Amino acid sequence: MYPYLPHTRADIDAMLKAVGAESLDDLYADVAPQLRLAQPYNLPQSADEASVERYFDRLADENLPLRACFAGAGFYQHHCPAAVRSIASRSEFLTAYTPYQPEISQGTLQYIFEYQTIMCRLTGMEVSNASMYDGATATAEAIMMAVAAQRRRNLVLVAETLSPYVRRVADTYARYHGVELLTIPQADGATDRTALEQMLAERGKEVAAVLVPQPNFFGIVEDHTGLAELCHSYKALLIINCIASDLAVLRTPGEYGADIACGDAQSLGIPLNFGGPYLGFLCSTKALMRKMPGRIVGQTTDSEGRRCFVLTLQAREQHIRREKATSNICSNQGLMTLWVAAWTSLVGAEGLREINERSRAMALYLLEKLTASGKARLKFPSQPFLNEFALTTDYDVDDLISACMARGILPGVKIDSHTILIAATETVTREDADLLCDIANNL
Amino acid sequence: MNRKVYDKLIFELSHEGRRGARIPDNGIILRQAALPSELLREAPLSLPEVDEPTAVRHYNNMSTNNFGVDTGFYPLGSCTMKYNPKINEEMASHRCFARLHPFTPAAACQGALRLYWTLQKALCEIGGMAEFTLNPFAGAHGELTGLMTIRAYHASRGDFDRRRKVIVPDSAHGTNPASAAVCGLEVVEVKSRPDGTVDIDALAPLLDDSVAAMMLTNPNTLGIFESNIPQIAEMVHACGGLMYYDGANLNPMLGVARPGDMGFDVMHINLHKTFSTPHGGGGPGSGPVGVRAGMEQFLPNPRVVYNDSDHSFSVEYEPEALGSISATLGNFAVQARALSYILTMGSDGLMQVGPLATLNATYIKEALKDLYLLPIDGLTKHEFVFDGLADKSTGITTLNIAKRLLDMGYHAPTIYFPLLFHESLMIEPTETESRETLDAFIDAMRTIAREAAEDPETVRSAPHLTPVTHPDDTAAAINPIVTFS
Amino acid sequence: MIYYSKTHEYVRVEGTKGYIGVSDYAQKSLGNVVYVDMPDLGETIEKGEEFGAIESVKAASDLIAPVSGEVVEVNEALSENPRLVNQDPMANWIIAVELTSLAADVADLMDADAYEAYVATNPH
Repeated sequence: MYPYLPHTRADIDAMLKAVGAESLDDLYADVAPQLRLAQPYNLPQSADEASVERYFDRLADENLPLRACFAGAGFYQHHCPAAVRSIASRSEFLTAYTPYQPEISQGTLQYIFEYQTIMCRLTGMEVSNASMYDGATATAEAIMMAVAAQRRRNLVLVAETLSPYVRRVADTYARYHGVELLTIPQADGATDRTALEQMLAERGKEVAAVLVPQPNFFGIVEDHTGLAELCHSYKALLIINCIASDLAVLRTPGEYGADIACGDAQSLGIPLNFGGPYLGFLCSTKALMRKMPGRIVGQTTDSEGRRCFVLTLQAREQHIRREKATSNICSNQGLMTLWVAAWTSLVGAEGLREINERSRAMALYLLEKLTASGKARLKFPSQPFLNEFALTTDYDVDDLISACMARGILPGVKIDSHTILIAATETVTREDADLLCDIANNL
Repeated sequence: MNRKVYDKLIFELSHEGRRGARIPDNGIILRQAALPSELLREAPLSLPEVDEPTAVRHYNNMSTNNFGVDTGFYPLGSCTMKYNPKINEEMASHRCFARLHPFTPAAACQGALRLYWTLQKALCEIGGMAEFTLNPFAGAHGELTGLMTIRAYHASRGDFDRRRKVIVPDSAHGTNPASAAVCGLEVVEVKSRPDGTVDIDALAPLLDDSVAAMMLTNPNTLGIFESNIPQIAEMVHACGGLMYYDGANLNPMLGVARPGDMGFDVMHINLHKTFSTPHGGGGPGSGPVGVRAGMEQFLPNPRVVYNDSDHSFSVEYEPEALGSISATLGNFAVQARALSYILTMGSDGLMQVGPLATLNATYIKEALKDLYLLPIDGLTKHEFVFDGLADKSTGITTLNIAKRLLDMGYHAPTIYFPLLFHESLMIEPTETESRETLDAFIDAMRTIAREAAEDPETVRSAPHLTPVTHPDDTAAAINPIVTFS
Repeated sequence: MIYYSKTHEYVRVEGTKGYIGVSDYAQKSLGNVVYVDMPDLGETIEKGEEFGAIESVKAASDLIAPVSGEVVEVNEALSENPRLVNQDPMANWIIAVELTSLAADVADLMDADAYEAYVATNPH
C-alpha cells in the first residue's frame, strides 16, 4: 500500500485496456531489455510514517545538542516568529510552481512583489529580482551581470575581505565563464583604497566592476565613502555584497552609490538549516534592470482594470535567450521570498533595530569578557564592527570549540588555529555568553 | 480556490506603531556609542508595521488566489508536479536541523552528514552512478555544475580549451543552451527527426575532438524514449566527448532503467520533480549531480566523506574538484524531504513510479487524440505533446485552451514548448493522480474541443472565472513597476 | 539607398551617415516591442557584431550591425515609446553612424527587392 499511488489493481487493468496494452511492460516495449533494470533498487523496503519519524529522530540524536550559536560568517540565527513558518506552510503557496499562469498565481506574484519592495528599501536600490539561490551564487551572478552590461570589459576587482566562502564560488563561475578576477588587498582588515586606486590606474579600461563587502568577512564595517565615484570615473560598476539584516542600520549600497547590491538574505529570519534553503538577493539601479538575471515581478492591470501582478521583462530570461543568456537561472528560492516578506513585516523596522542593537550589545559584552583575561584580543582593534568580530587567541581555537561544544555551545567559526570569528545575536542568553567566556578564559 | 479578489499588499495594511513580533531581550545594555555616522544609513528604514493576526490573515487571503498541487490537478509538462507528501515537511523542519549552522564542525553534526550521505548513496543506486553531490540548488544549477564537472574532467586531460562544444538537440529546453553558455561552452544544435529523436546522420558530422559533451533528456521532450541511446553514447565517447543526462524527465525511468546503464557519464536529478519536494512557487529546489566511476574527484567542494576506519563522516575539500558552486552543502531541508520520500516509498514503491506515471499519461493521450492533434503517434512515457486542436478551422489556439482550462479548475499544461510545433500543448499528469481525476480532466478537454466548434468566443475570451483576467503584459514590460510606492 | 542584412537590420545611407533600424518583417515577427537597447553616442560599432538588442514581451533579438562606424545619433524617442518601431520601422531608425567602410560593408547586403525575395524564401 502506497499512500501517494492511488491506483488499485482494477484501475490499472481498466486503464491498460483503455490504451490497448496488456501490461505495464508493454508501455516500455521501446526500452531494450539490456537497458532495463535487472532487479529492484537495492534500497530499503517501503515504510510507514512512524518508522520514518524514528529514522529521522535517530539522525537528529547523532548531532550534538547545541543550544547556543555564536557562529556567523555570513549566516546568523535570528529570532523567527512562529507565524512565519505557519504562513510559509500554506500549501497553496508551497505546492505551486513558477507563476506562469498569472490568473491563478496572484498569491505568489503578490508576495514576490512585496519581497522586491522590501529588498529595495533595505538596500536603497531601485530594482530587486525575485531571488537567486544563495548569497554566494548571487554574487557570482552579479559579476557575470556586470561583465555582460559592460561591453568589452572582462575584469572584476574583488576585495580580499570578501568571505572566502563567497569568493570560492565567484572564482569557480569566473573560471568557467571566462571572467578575470583580481584581488584588491586588505590593509588592517579593510579594503586598501590606495591599492585599488593603483589597480584602476593600471587597468581601469578593462575593469567591468569592483566588488566589496559590507560588513566584511571579519565583521568589519568598511567605509565605502567615495568608492562609487572612484569606480565610475573609470566607467566601472560598483557591486556591494551585504548581509541583509545589517542594512537596517548600516549605510546602504544605494546611499554609497553602488550599481549592484547582492548577498544572502538568510539573516532575515531564515533558519540555519545546515546550509539551506537560504535566499540570494540581487538588486540594481534602474539603468541595469534589463541586464538583471532571474525573474522579476511587475505590476499591471487586468482587462477589468484591477491591479494585478505578472512576471515581466521575460525577454531577458534563459528560456528565451537560450545560448545568448548570461545566466541560466530559472527556479530560484521562491518560497523563501515569502519567508522574508512575512518575517520583515512581522518584525518591522523597529524590531530589526532592536535585533541589531541587542546583537551588538552582546558582541561588545563578549569581547570585553573574552579580552579581560589577556588570553585573547581583537584581531583588528582599530576597525568598527557591528555584531561579529575576529579574535586572536593564545589558546588553540580547536580546544575552545571542542570544550564549548561539549557544553552545548558553538563558539564561532574557526579561521585558523589562533583566530576565531565570533558572532552574537539576540537569540543567545547571557548565561551562555558567560559560559563561553568562562571556558575560553580557563583554557 | 477562491474567486473573490484579494489584491492588498502588506504595505497597505501598515499602521504606525503596530508590532508583529517581540524580539528576545538578553538584558545587556548597549553602552558603547553607535558606529560613526558616515557608516550608518541616512534614510530611515520603512517596513510594514502590522500585528500578527493582520499579517496571518493577509497571507492566508493571498494564498487563496493561488493554485497549487494541493488545490487541484497540475498537468504542467516537464515539471513533474506530483503530490508533495506531508511527512516530508515534518521531517525537514526537525528542530535539531533547523538550528544547525552550516559551518558546524563535523563532530557535532554527524546525523546531518549521515542524512546527506544516505541520500547520495540512494541517488547513486537510482541513477546508476558512482557518486553524487547534493550541493546544487536547482535543476539549472545542477546542469551548470554537471557541465563544469565535464570541463574539469577535460582539463585534467589537457583539453580545457580545446573541448568547448556542447551538442544539444533542437528540441531541448532553453536552459540547456543557457547553462552551456554560462559555463563558457559553445552550443551546437543537432536536428531532430520528425519523431523528435536525435538524427544520428546529423549527429555524426558534428563529432570531433572539440566536443566536450552531448546533453540529452531521455525520454526526450516529446516523451519519446531515445531507443538509439547506446549507439549515440558510443559515437560521442568515440570522439572523446561525455554524455550528460538532463534529469528533467527521470520520473518515467524510475523502476525501469538507469541513466548510468544507458551510457551517460554525468547527470543531474531534480529532487523537486522526481523526489516529490514541493516547488514552492519556483524554488527552493535541489539539483544533485552524479558521475560515473572515475570522475568522482571532479565533483564540487565541499563534499561529505565517510571514513571507514572510525565510521564517521567528515566534510572535505578535494584539490581536483571543479571548485565550489555553493558556500554550503546545498538546500539541506530539501534534501531531507527527498530522503523522507525515498524511505517512505522504499525500493518497492519507487519501482512502480515510472510505469504508473507512463500509464497515466498514455491514458490521457489515447482518450484525447481524436480531438487534439497528436503529431507523432507511438509509445510515449510520462508526458506527450499535442499540436493544438485537431480541427484547425476553429481558430482556437493552445493559449485559448490553456486559459479555458483555468476556468474549469485545472492548471494549464506547458504551452508553446517544445518549439518543434506551432501549438505545442505538453501534458504530464504524474503517477499521483487517480483515474477519476484523469477522467474529469479528459472530460474538460473534450468540452473545450466542443466549445471551440460551437461557441469559440467563450474559449477565445477565457479565462472568465479566475481572480484576475487578461493581465496586460505589454504595459508591464514597457513601463515596469517593480516595487510598491 | 537602403540596404538590408540577412539578420533583418537595414541601413539607409545619406551622405556619409548610415541610419540603422530593423525591417518591417522583423518588427512583425517580434510583435509588440517593449524595449530597445541602444549603444551610447561616440561608441564604435563593427559590422557583424552586436550593437544592442530589441525586446518584445516574449522575445528578444540582438541587433547586428550591418555596417561599421561611429555612433553619432541615437533615436531617444524609442526610449519613451518603443512601439514606434512597430508603427513605422523605416521612419523610426535606431541609431545613425558615421560610415567608415561603406563600400566594403554593403557588398553582402541586399537591396529592397532582393531582401523581399530573401524573406519570402527564408522564414525566421
